[in-house]
Amino acid sequence: MASTILEMRDITKTFPGVKALSNVNLSVEEGEIHAIVGENGAGKSTLMKVLSGVYPSGTYDGQIIFRGQECNFKGIHDSEHIGIVIIHQELALVPMLSITENIFLGNEHASYGVIDWDANETRTAALLKKVGLKEDPKTLITNIGVGKQQLVEIAKALSKEVKLLILDEPTASLSEKDSQALLDLLLEFKRQGMTSILISHKLNEVNRVADKVTVIRDGRTIETLPRKDISEDRIITSMVGRSLDDRYPPREPQIGDVVFEVRDWSVYHPIHPERQVIKNVNLNVREGEVVGIAGLMGAGRTEFAMSLFGRSYGRHITGEVSLHGKPLDLSSVSKAVENRIAYVTEDRKTYGLNLIDHIKHNVTLANLGGVSSRGVIDDMREMSVANDYRKKTNIRASSVYQLTGNLSGGNQQKVVLSKWLFADPEVLILDEPTRGIDVGAKYEIYTIIARLAAEGKAIIVISSEMPELLGITDRIYVMNEGRIVGEMAASEASQEKIMRAIVRGEGKKAS
Amino acid sequence: MSTESAPAPQSGTAEDVKQGPRIAVSALTTNLREYGLIIALIVIMLFFQYTTSGTLFKPVNLSNLVQQNSFIIVMALGMLLVIVAGYIDLSVGSVAGFIGALAAMMMVIWPLGIFSNPLVVSIVCLIVGALIGAAQGYWIAYHKIPSFIVTLAGMLIFRGICQALLGGGSSVGPLPDSFKALSSGFIPDVIGPLVLIPPTVNAAGKTIVGSGLTLHMTTIVLGLIAVLAYAYFGFRTRRKRERHGYEAEPFPLFVIKTLVGSALALFLVFQFASYRGLPVVLLVMGVLISLFVFVTKRMTIGRRIYAMGGNAKAAQLSGINTERLTLLVFINMGVLSALGGLIIAARLGQAVPAAGLGSELDVIAAVFIGGASAMGGVGQVIGAVVGGFIMGVMNNGMSIMGVNVDWQQVVKGLVLLGAVIFDVYNKNKA
Repeated sequence: MASTILEMRDITKTFPGVKALSNVNLSVEEGEIHAIVGENGAGKSTLMKVLSGVYPSGTYDGQIIFRGQECNFKGIHDSEHIGIVIIHQELALVPMLSITENIFLGNEHASYGVIDWDANETRTAALLKKVGLKEDPKTLITNIGVGKQQLVEIAKALSKEVKLLILDEPTASLSEKDSQALLDLLLEFKRQGMTSILISHKLNEVNRVADKVTVIRDGRTIETLPRKDISEDRIITSMVGRSLDDRYPPREPQIGDVVFEVRDWSVYHPIHPERQVIKNVNLNVREGEVVGIAGLMGAGRTEFAMSLFGRSYGRHITGEVSLHGKPLDLSSVSKAVENRIAYVTEDRKTYGLNLIDHIKHNVTLANLGGVSSRGVIDDMREMSVANDYRKKTNIRASSVYQLTGNLSGGNQQKVVLSKWLFADPEVLILDEPTRGIDVGAKYEIYTIIARLAAEGKAIIVISSEMPELLGITDRIYVMNEGRIVGEMAASEASQEKIMRAIVRGEGKKAS
Repeated sequence: MSTESAPAPQSGTAEDVKQGPRIAVSALTTNLREYGLIIALIVIMLFFQYTTSGTLFKPVNLSNLVQQNSFIIVMALGMLLVIVAGYIDLSVGSVAGFIGALAAMMMVIWPLGIFSNPLVVSIVCLIVGALIGAAQGYWIAYHKIPSFIVTLAGMLIFRGICQALLGGGSSVGPLPDSFKALSSGFIPDVIGPLVLIPPTVNAAGKTIVGSGLTLHMTTIVLGLIAVLAYAYFGFRTRRKRERHGYEAEPFPLFVIKTLVGSALALFLVFQFASYRGLPVVLLVMGVLISLFVFVTKRMTIGRRIYAMGGNAKAAQLSGINTERLTLLVFINMGVLSALGGLIIAARLGQAVPAAGLGSELDVIAAVFIGGASAMGGVGQVIGAVVGGFIMGVMNNGMSIMGVNVDWQQVVKGLVLLGAVIFDVYNKNKA
């Protein structure tokens, strides 16, 4: 019954000095959800850019056959015209325009350049219904959350009469709940006969929805697995070219006394001063201990961490922090750094790196005093520091003079980590340290965390991936709506237990 | 399936192997912009040397060139930091005009007694400049008002105060000679002149001005010391890098660079020495340029400014006090605008209401021609200086050629646009 809707044959794409894709074959059948997986830099995005015409016909070798026709796209317009729509990882919505305006941007229902807003809004309302989004079409994009924005993107794709929907890491920045809703939507579309390609790092999601999985490694197709063969272990083996018996490095925790303690920490929202974001949080970390903070998106974990770190978030902050039992002044970032607290952000591109500068300058930025005397930088010392950390954290780059903007996500994360390691902290707060990076790089990050703990540092890891928390931490706090709603030893914790703590916490609020 | 117990981090990729030559190539390409700019300046100078039948390089014209453009370069040093930090300052021309007026009033009109001494006045003016920079920087740094708007307001305010101080359309002068020396003076010849070719004496027993060849020996000695220091420090840095195994630049390239640089510098020194010596303002400029190169390349505060311009949020979360840094950048700009204003007034010998009018645009253009990014985070002091000289040489050369002032603007606009297009094109290609 199924016919092939898309076939990509022997796609080869070369950039100066690098073969990004070599003889990639992909065959997608009508009405299926086809997942493409691979490590960062494996060539998934490049392949999709070839397919959508971002790299125009002629700049690559090979054939694209869509619904029996050979296609030579000159640009995105051509591919969208015949029904191939791609939704990129970074959403392409204009924040200060309404949902309607965004959906029909460049494609408005208009006569002689005069927009018929009623027609547009009626259409939008219908599209929003399809994707299950209950929002007024006039709402500005900036006023809705990332999950809903993702749905608007999909509605926008639907408005173009999409035949093949491509989603590039659609759930990368979504909460568990929103991700589930999105995957359900994909399954619903499938029932209606739409074909989709899903690019994802999250293998449990792939496992859940995909009919077929194509694995790409080093710019080549490794294999395409049918539904019955799909399992996380099987995919990982194929992705990394080796088996992953243990996704987390082994570790023998040696836990000492309490190093870092937070008492009665409360924070109010920076713009809506009546809203309390963090409510009387108490927590502590011991020497050599890795403590996790679990919770759903929006639970207040990042806000908590940033309010601790030099009051970088919120207002009316109250509470006490102590290091080795002595009260600590963390009123500015520089004081926090001086007191040997480090915070590794969840958003490395916005808050972590100077993307237009090279590795060397990024690594030393939080501790310029360590490579200078009386305000004058010692170039040689800085160079050896940068090279040293490049080796320690295994940053893959041609030299420390490579711009951080040109590194892959995993290597960027290692640069941010290096920056904070060089600042020599006693307490290290890692916010989503493995977000958007591939399996191999994740393992390296876990190894670094384990090594730091073994050196006696106190580490807090905030993560939305529960298996990760269970795999690398010693103790887990569960946070919900700005409160700590549970605390458990990692050895006794499970995903169910964490979820139950969250739900109980919500029940408490309702009563 | 073979079972490795744990995935060892992947290493030994192709990239790791080819490290050596890669560094050399990257060092060359990163410096290409700077070399390209200097080569462009030399080509433009040679072009005008040809079209003005050799007038451009005449010692007297070189002195003029320096004196005409020094205030642009001085202000460009501050503007570079402002633009690298991610801001803009439109008020520098008006601030310069205001400071010139203030200096003139203090020295000529107001009865200040010994406080009308040029040195005292200059110091007061620099402090006033710092205060102006602080006032503008305060709103930008601590209240996040866009710099474009704050300094646009400053541009209107200080031009207005400048004109009001001078009492409408009149000019105030003449300024004392000791003050004028800042712009039009030459360093004294403490060593004494060296007569190579005695000046011709005409039949009436008078020496013909400009004939013969007498060298200003202090200039020659200072020039030689500067060139030797340049070569010595260049060599020493290189040696140090070599010892640590980080040298990237091939040795022949280094030698060529040093030789060409020294030869050019010596040629200019010789030209100056055969006229009246080193202009005072060139010495001031040289000291300031060296200082700013050092600050931007070697000092932590410079590094912090680049980091702030590259990603202010990341800089802040790395413990950099971005607010104070912004304030400092604008205070620095204010001081240099004031110095620019003093140089303009000293050169004109009086304060006029239109002093420095429109010069903010020349200053900003110099910085952008020099390769700075309008988005912040990118730009070099040497680039801005060379950019300033490119504008200056074009002004000077076209004036000698007799090109209409209107068309001079058109040409300058095209050069600015061309330089930035070249940059963007290069960046996209990389």
